[in-house]
Amino acid sequence: MVSRVTDDYIDMVTAGCQAVCEPAFWAGFDRSSVDGFFDYFRQLTEHEPKRAAKFGLPHFTWLCINPKESEDVKLAEDVLSIIPKFLDKPSVLGIGEIGLNKNSRNEMKVLEMHVDMAAKYNQLILVHTPHLEDKLKGTRLIIDVLKSDSRIRPERCIIDHVEEHTVEMVLNEGFWAGMTLYPESKCTAARAIDIVETYGQQRLWMNSACDWGVSVPLAVPYAALEMRKRGHTAEAVDKLVYQNPIKFLSQSPKFKL
Amino acid sequence: MTRQQVLDLYFMEARARLIDIGAFIDRIERATGEEDFRMKGFRNALSELSKGEPGKARRVLLSLSDPTKEPIAAATTKAACGAWPGAK
Repeated sequence: MVSRVTDDYIDMVTAGCQAVCEPAFWAGFDRSSVDGFFDYFRQLTEHEPKRAAKFGLPHFTWLCINPKESEDVKLAEDVLSIIPKFLDKPSVLGIGEIGLNKNSRNEMKVLEMHVDMAAKYNQLILVHTPHLEDKLKGTRLIIDVLKSDSRIRPERCIIDHVEEHTVEMVLNEGFWAGMTLYPESKCTAARAIDIVETYGQQRLWMNSACDWGVSVPLAVPYAALEMRKRGHTAEAVDKLVYQNPIKFLSQSPKFKL
Repeated sequence: MTRQQVLDLYFMEARARLIDIGAFIDRIERATGEEDFRMKGFRNALSELSKGEPGKARRVLLSLSDPTKEPIAAATTKAACGAWPGAK
C-alpha cells in the first residue's frame, strides 16, 4: 500500500489477512503528467507486490486515473493510453477505482472512457463513489453509465463506499456493493453490520480504508470482532469478510490465493 | 439480538455521541458570526431523528445529500463538505 508503512503489512498478516487489493487512487496531490502515472503504475504492479510478499501477503491491484484527477480530460486520455501496457501484469485485477468525485461533466467523460476500456479488455471494474453530500447523486450517475453500456455485466462490477442511502440501489441493479470502513466521517463497523443485517450478505463486502487520511488497515478484522459481539456465527463472519471477496475477485483468472 | 442486548452493547457509546452533539451545538451558539448552510443541513438532519420512522441513518444521509440529477459544469474543488448548499 503506497500510502502506508511496512508495519501495516505486518499488522494485517498478524490479524489473519490473506491478501491485499490496492486500487489506483489519488496521491494526495495532482500528478503533473502521464509520466507520474507511469511510475505509479510500476510501483503498484512491481514494487508493492514485492514489499507485501516479504510478509507473506499476496498483493493485487487495479489501474486507472482516479476521479479526483479526472477534470483534466487530456491528462486522463494520456493516462488511459498507457494502462493497456500494464493490464497483463500478473497482479492486475481490473480497472479501478474509477467513478466520480464532484459529479462533473468531465468526470463523467473520463468514467465512460474507463468503462469502455474495461469492456474492450474484459476487465473487472472497481468503482469509487463520491463522498458525503455528493454520494447519492454520484452513485445514481455511475449506475446510469454502467447500465447504459450493454457490454458491462453488473456482477463483474463492485460499487464501493456504499452507505445506508445508496446500498439498495446498487444491489437492486445487480452490482456488488462494498462498504469501506473509516474510523471517522464515513461508514463505521457498526453501521456496516447494520447494513448487512438489513440487506443480507449477498454481493456485499467490507474493506478497510488505507489511504493518506485517517484510516485503519485492520478495520475489517475489527468489524469481524463486532459481528461476533452481536452473535453472528463464525460462518457468517467468514462469508462476509472472506468468501464474498473471493467469489467476486475470482472472476479474474489472476486472483488466486 | 434483543433490544436489551443492543442497549448493553451500544447505549454508552450512543449516549456519549449524543452529548457530543449537544456540546457541538452549544459551541456553535456561543460563537460569534453567522452560521452557514452546513448548520442548516445539520439541524434538518437532526429533525429526522425525532420522527419515529425507521431508516433514520438513511434519512439523515438523504437530508444532507445533493438531490439534483445533472452533472455539474466543472469541479472547482476536490473535497466534499458534508452538506448540500441548496438545502432549504
